[in-house]
Amino acid sequence: MNLIAPLCAAGFFASGVLSDPVSVTHYLVVGAILFTSGVVCMAVKRNALGILMGIELVLNGANVNFIAFGSPYLRGEGSASIGLDGEAIALFVILLAAAEAAVALAITLNFYNNHSTVDIDEADDLQG
Amino acid sequence: MMGTLLGDSTATLGMVLLAAINWHSLLFYLFAAAACACAVAVVLTDNVVRMAFYLVLSLGATAGIFFLAGADFVGAMQLMIYVGGTLVLLVFGVMLTAQAPFVSIRTPASDKVLGGIVGAALLMVLVLSAFSVESWRRPAMGLVAAPSATPLGMAFLGVRVDDDPLAAPAVDSIRSGYLLPFEIVSVHLLVVLVGAAYLARAKRRRIPRGIETAGADAAATGGRS
Amino acid sequence: MADFLITTVGLPEWLAWTLTASVAAFLVLNVIAGGALVFIWAERKIAARIQDRLGPTRTGGRFGWLQSLADGIKLLAKEDLMPDGADGMLFRLAPYVSFCASFCAFIALPFAFDFVGQRLNVGVFFVVAVLGLEVFGVILAGYASASKWSLFGAMREAAQVVSYEVPLGMCVVVPVMLAGSMDLITIAEKQAGWFINWYLFHDPFTFVIFWVYVTCAVASVNRAPFDLAEAESELVAGFHTEYSGLRWSFFFMAEYGSMYLVSALAAILFMGGWNGPIPVATLLGLSEGTGDTANYFVRLAGCANLMGKSTLGVLVMMWVRWTLPRLRIDQVMTTCLKYCTPIAAFMFAGVMFWQLLLPGGVIRGLSRPAGEIREGWLEGPGGQTAVSGPVPQVSQVRP
Repeated sequence: MNLIAPLCAAGFFASGVLSDPVSVTHYLVVGAILFTSGVVCMAVKRNALGILMGIELVLNGANVNFIAFGSPYLRGEGSASIGLDGEAIALFVILLAAAEAAVALAITLNFYNNHSTVDIDEADDLQG
Repeated sequence: MMGTLLGDSTATLGMVLLAAINWHSLLFYLFAAAACACAVAVVLTDNVVRMAFYLVLSLGATAGIFFLAGADFVGAMQLMIYVGGTLVLLVFGVMLTAQAPFVSIRTPASDKVLGGIVGAALLMVLVLSAFSVESWRRPAMGLVAAPSATPLGMAFLGVRVDDDPLAAPAVDSIRSGYLLPFEIVSVHLLVVLVGAAYLARAKRRRIPRGIETAGADAAATGGRS
Repeated sequence: MADFLITTVGLPEWLAWTLTASVAAFLVLNVIAGGALVFIWAERKIAARIQDRLGPTRTGGRFGWLQSLADGIKLLAKEDLMPDGADGMLFRLAPYVSFCASFCAFIALPFAFDFVGQRLNVGVFFVVAVLGLEVFGVILAGYASASKWSLFGAMREAAQVVSYEVPLGMCVVVPVMLAGSMDLITIAEKQAGWFINWYLFHDPFTFVIFWVYVTCAVASVNRAPFDLAEAESELVAGFHTEYSGLRWSFFFMAEYGSMYLVSALAAILFMGGWNGPIPVATLLGLSEGTGDTANYFVRLAGCANLMGKSTLGVLVMMWVRWTLPRLRIDQVMTTCLKYCTPIAAFMFAGVMFWQLLLPGGVIRGLSRPAGEIREGWLEGPGGQTAVSGPVPQVSQVRP
């Protein structure tokens, strides 16, 4: 039982996972997981603030991708990169996400003030 | 016998540890695991306050990933604006609306299953496309200069001072500054500030619908008698 | 130090870096923990003297030196309570979130020319950003305590810290503008020499900005007169009412760590950092260069200099705490939004025009033709070692 952990760790080290440098693909996978979590969060949550959190996760996943493509540390020979543009785009995404979160939160608070709930299933006043 | 087995395994572990660990990779895996685990936890938790907390951890780990990719300025901005601003706003919203019945609003299981299937399909598509381009899988060799925020600052003033030897020729020819988007975003933030403050101003809260109809009935019956 | 371990002792590279990082982390942890010990004793003594009494006089001799140690032992031995309706995981995690934010900001804080955890090009920005993360521990603590007084205290404190980040950011940008870099080491090195080189005395606008920074920094770390989040007379103890023992001491260490951090930041940004009022090393003829023993002691003296200035800042904060009455929450917000922010904005514009018309400070600026642009503004990437024209260098060699 207590041999499994060190043997796993040894296997991990021996296979070279931890000694190989990471590439753009690793970052893209992380971005994909963040993006998918955000999408599922937006789809599944009933709390309006939960949906907002999903939006933040989605934008963060996209940011990770942009940073990966623009990073000077991850480029090997022959791989195209977008250099400084990646960082600049990520900065604009952060700014716009902050602005959009502020407006969305204002709308949510307005909704809460009018209906005393944040459950979006209750937002059916315009329903046929 | 167990003792010698333990001794052998620790000796092997020690010898393996003597091989060089690439700290950049190790830290990347740590931060990536933290970010992904917390993002998945946001989806799986029902308690909205815990969701906010896991989101804070996830975005903080993402800032660490940004630092590891050499985007120091973006990492610091992520911490300051996203985690220290947007998420504080979100947490304020959570606190304002986290009355006891709303702290955990449950979704029916069928919706969760459907969401899970869609999410899994999307994840598969994205991961497959991440592994599809060969040039993305070749990692960098050798060291580069320490990151500096000066090129980014100058780019926001409209002057591109970065000379990128590895940039693709098509990208190299259309390098423009970011002055106009910078100004537009500044005005945009001002508009958002005014708009959000107006939208969220304190108004007299209406009574909820259930009590309202009961009150109308009581008023109607009370009025007649 | 890592190079020494690799070349002399012959350790493998990763092990050398791990050891160096551990030693650096241990040193910073000692600064916070040891500092907290000393500051708690100092606070009790200062408070006592201001209130015309004596303070601790029994533990460890006539001056009560070991009082903090006794307090620490008492805190360790206290019962570990958690209120009934509290959210267990969040309640336990909140002190560590606060302490981590305070501790992480020390990563980028330099103590002397090369005594820094990680030399970040965006050092100033990073420190201010991480300082703002401490508020999460407070909010979590207030919410997870399942008590409405804790929640009120936490929300007040969060609103205060977040509001004061705006003028704090503007105050911090002024030395960045004067130095042309966000690197804390560069900012401090540009103030080398006599004390008239300090940005504090650079122009009247920066002088005013310094005092606005002091106000915002005190509000940011929730020290009196801005400490209504922990107002004993109203909220018992605010967000940390339900915390006792070791958990409470983590909040405490986070608060003292933050106080030390903003004082050190003020010293580096405005008061020359490790460059003293008198450039002793230059007067003695010691030159800079890595690897020299005398140079190491020069840097050690610089480190002591910075720590002295930060301690002075912390003592001033304590002095103000026991002298001024506490502000109400509406007064706190008024001070931030109606006074600090406009003043900081106007002073920022003033410094900008001063730099354009009279670069390099009062005396040097007046003797210079108008409109000269500092070469430092056009440094290329990685140009943090480039020296710009108008800042005088008192004949010292910097690597």
